[in-house]
Amino acid sequence: MVQKLTQWRETPSQTAGPYVHLGLMPTWAGNAGAYEKELGQSPIAEGAKGEVIEIAGQVLDGTGWPLRDALIESWQADAAGRFPGTEGADPAVSGFCRFAIDPESAEFTLRTVKPGAVSLPDGRVQSPHIALWIVARGINMGLQTRIYFEDADRDADPVLSRIEQRDRVETLIAKPQGDGRYRFDIRLQGPGETVFLDM
Amino acid sequence: MSQGRLIPRDRSAHPVAYDPQYKTSVTRSPSLPLLSLESTPTEETGPRFGHSDLGALDHDLIRNWTKGKAEAIGERILVHGRVTDETGRGIPGALVEVWQANAGGRYRHKKDGYLAPLDPNFGGAGRCLSDESGAYAFFTIKPGAYPWPNRGNDWRPAHIHFALSGPCFGQRLITQMYFEGDPLIHRCPIAATVKDRGQLDSLMAPLDMSQARPLDHLAYRFDIVLRGRRQAWFENRPEGM
Ligand SMILES: [Fe+2]
Repeated sequence: MVQKLTQWRETPSQTAGPYVHLGLMPTWAGNAGAYEKELGQSPIAEGAKGEVIEIAGQVLDGTGWPLRDALIESWQADAAGRFPGTEGADPAVSGFCRFAIDPESAEFTLRTVKPGAVSLPDGRVQSPHIALWIVARGINMGLQTRIYFEDADRDADPVLSRIEQRDRVETLIAKPQGDGRYRFDIRLQGPGETVFLDM
Repeated sequence: MSQGRLIPRDRSAHPVAYDPQYKTSVTRSPSLPLLSLESTPTEETGPRFGHSDLGALDHDLIRNWTKGKAEAIGERILVHGRVTDETGRGIPGALVEVWQANAGGRYRHKKDGYLAPLDPNFGGAGRCLSDESGAYAFFTIKPGAYPWPNRGNDWRPAHIHFALSGPCFGQRLITQMYFEGDPLIHRCPIAATVKDRGQLDSLMAPLDMSQARPLDHLAYRFDIVLRGRRQAWFENRPEGM
């Protein structure tokens, strides 16, 4: 017998189910006032530096049908590419947002500041991006992906450059619609399937 | 020794994405492989939460919906445990958010139309932060089982939904806690998406009489393991060397 490695296995994920808003976005679930302060209501506060943008889109299943019960979390750097909590970061950027799907339009909207490029300790540079984590009924483990921007330099990004089928890179790129608005649809499965990450 | 990259996820510890017995997963599971890469600062940082974000009764689902004016109906329980990482270290300041059905199996959510009644004294959501050692605890009532549209006659075992946030965005985890001995667990297609039997067992909380309070409440223990980080042994080594 060799020495025993003491290592714990991660607790298994389970689907967030259809009532996830009850726990994470009580007002959306119809329970305004359940908490004095809901978390992740906006990634920016008054006075955040940078360009304020709005990203809208749908989350579509394998038949092309938009989900209405998904919940998304986002995490991003400030306009200078610094993550909240790290030295010199913009105090008006929390960088974290929770958002759900509008029942009428079946769309989500994320209002934030456009993040800056992020320098890595090894000298490489990540292009401006927003990390997403998507949960819903029928999704057994939260899906990680990223939003990049069509109007930002993306040539040297270490994640995008690792996507073998180059046309799939498009699934991670938000398209400008004018006036600081962007379009970003998420396809869970099938033609045009979004690149999901395991990082 | 500073902290290095996140330990890559062992996907065999987790449910399969596509499981025909859980019908909604059929059209909501990616069919192409995930792109596996080493974590970056994007995944290694994350939002931090503090006690000023939480209310005084947030951890007490028996009383938080009525702001302490009345108590929820049901079997009173304490749910407690430790949040650790894969190296066994406690994670202090982890945000633990829970939501659940009431004692009759009904959720207080605009989309739940189950015929079991709402309890006017129960909201069904709570949250707390783990302490220095990673320990957390909250009071609640034991939720009821409920039926759901899937196969002809599927029922969810009693469960509490958990969302966990450690210091890294890449550690985010949502899971469900089941109760020891519930015969519905092994009939549940959602529980069955976890194919590793030992991993499924790790979602079942045992009755813990050591923390039960006489003439007041029972207790269940539910320990949670989040992703860990490697140690940064040789930090200045260039990528790929
Ligand atoms: Fe549930």
